[in-house]
Amino acid sequence: MIGRRFWAWVVFGLGAAYFLLPLLATFIFSMQMRRDRLTFDAYLSVFSDERFQSTFSYSLVCAVCAIIVGVAIVLPAAYFVRLRLQWLRPVMEFITLLPLIVPPIILVFGHIKLFNSSSILPLTNSTLGTDVLIVCGYVTLALPYMYRAIDTGLRTIDVQTLTEAATILGADPIRTMVQVIFPNIFVAVLSGAFLTFAIVIGEFVLASLLNRPAFGVYMQNVGANRAYEPSALAIISFALTWGAMGVIQLLDRFAPKTARQA
Amino acid sequence: MAEEFLRIDKLVKTFGGNAVVKGVDLSFQRGEFVTLLGPSGCGKTTILRMIAGFERPTSGTISVEGKDITSLAPNQRKIGMVFQAYALFPNMNVGDNIAFGLKIASMPREQREARVEEMLKLIGLAGYGKRFPFELSGGQQQRVALARALAPSPKMLLLDEPLSALDAKIRVSLREQIREIQRELGITTVFVTHDQEEALSISDRIVVLNAGNIEQVGQPFEIYNKPTTRFVATFVGTLNTLNATVADAGAKTVRIGETTATIPALPTSAKAGETVALTMRPEAVALANGVDRDIMLEGKVAEVAFLGSVIRLKVDLGGNLVSVDTFNDQRTPPPAHGTSVRVGIAASDVLVLSA
Ligand SMILES: Nc1ncnc2c1ncn2[C@@H]1O[C@H](COP(=O)(O)OP(=O)(O)OP(=O)(O)O)[C@@H](O)[C@H]1O
Ligand SMILES: [Mg+2]
Repeated sequence: MIGRRFWAWVVFGLGAAYFLLPLLATFIFSMQMRRDRLTFDAYLSVFSDERFQSTFSYSLVCAVCAIIVGVAIVLPAAYFVRLRLQWLRPVMEFITLLPLIVPPIILVFGHIKLFNSSSILPLTNSTLGTDVLIVCGYVTLALPYMYRAIDTGLRTIDVQTLTEAATILGADPIRTMVQVIFPNIFVAVLSGAFLTFAIVIGEFVLASLLNRPAFGVYMQNVGANRAYEPSALAIISFALTWGAMGVIQLLDRFAPKTARQA
Repeated sequence: MAEEFLRIDKLVKTFGGNAVVKGVDLSFQRGEFVTLLGPSGCGKTTILRMIAGFERPTSGTISVEGKDITSLAPNQRKIGMVFQAYALFPNMNVGDNIAFGLKIASMPREQREARVEEMLKLIGLAGYGKRFPFELSGGQQQRVALARALAPSPKMLLLDEPLSALDAKIRVSLREQIREIQRELGITTVFVTHDQEEALSISDRIVVLNAGNIEQVGQPFEIYNKPTTRFVATFVGTLNTLNATVADAGAKTVRIGETTATIPALPTSAKAGETVALTMRPEAVALANGVDRDIMLEGKVAEVAFLGSVIRLKVDLGGNLVSVDTFNDQRTPPPAHGTSVRVGIAASDVLVLSA
């Protein structure tokens, strides 16, 4: 009997084709910059563009800052809610979902209105101020993903007993969080970090309206003015994403069996 | 060693209007091994967690060496604790787990390493320092948890059902090991269990709890042989009950079926004709081949359980099913199911519990 196995493969094949064919088409198109043969010229053109390097580094730095700030806010919050304020969890869930409901365009208008040059805290007056503002915006955009990643990580360990075990040995809450809780949910924190990275790298609205030289703005710019380079860029971002995912998988495998429960 | 170490006064804990611990007074001597014993939900863990500082008492005080610690933070109390779920830090190897408390106490590196080695030796796991918790069996993990708790030389050790996640054989050997280590270090220890055999076998004293109240405090021998309440008598060990009718309260005589017996424990308040419950341990009832006891009764063997060194029979004594323990004897096989037997009871072994 050909049976279930065969049909499972058919469905899998169709699904894979649905995702892979456009990618393959984009890839082939990106290599057709020269009329007669397939070359990587579009990629060379992208990589050698000085604006690619500068905007990418800018967004990379923003992403790293957003990850650090995001973890520093979300980890203690999620930890204490799980430990002491279980009843607050639905409220937390709701608050962290807000960035998905409120469009970024509204967020950034709110930012500009609150922190413009005539406000009490005129962040938009200086480049550094605007950079701080944009990082805060990124932290907000990534909040739903960061919170869920960390909360899922916390669910895989016995937060209360581990905390009590550390406390009775004399540890204060900060030490407990840094030395006991954080290392045991490191992989979860990493996946939150990766999602933040993906969001920041592709983000357009905030950067554009705050007028910062971010990668998303550059991509949009290239897309509007060139033919082959946008496809090359799309393939590059895919490679980045998949690379990051691969790294997480590797870390997950080689990290000490942290999440394994007794 | 009559020196008071830990004292609990009028301890009360309520959760949302629901009283879980209802005014407990206890005093622990230095170096004593005390077990809190009671059925599930009686408040054992809650009391232990208040001693550790994880729960704040609704009222009452806890003092150590005369100092009130009721509102001291748990990380300031210098107490060692072992949890039912081991709670080893999964990201650290065995050595780092044991060293955790020492690092917090800022013990210098060399001293720390020596102490870790010493603890590993104490628990019989020398050479396991580099292993991770997930590479150890449950019993080994719990021993590491014990070493981690003891490494910083705490003033007191608390154990909350540390053996209940282990299989029977390891449970027995580990409890002996815990007791041995406790004796060696002379550390005041509070042990929580709902297993009466465990409590009887390792404690200096047992505190029997029921529904948030203390039922009885005493040495295992007292608790088992001289239970003061019906709850203790039935919760600790197996207890036989024989219904009898009071014949003459002044002469302390009762009638069990056709037999008349004198029971020294019969309270003078009993009234003639009243039904009382005579209780006794299975080992206080003997098969009457040759022995002559104060009370001799006829019955039929209803059940035979061969437990190895002990044979436990259930004998039907005119409607009362009574357990009888006898030692195994290679030359005499146990009576078969359904045979008639005579059993003898020493009147002094009989307790009378108010119904
Ligand atoms: N944080 C809490 N909030 C509300 N009720 C609680 C809390 N902790 C314990 N209780 C209740 O207090 C009672 C006693 O609990 P406790 O854990 O002390 O029992 P225990 O004697 O240790 O039982 P077990 O043998 O099952 O561990 C239980 O009815 C429990 O539901
Ligand atoms: Mg308990």
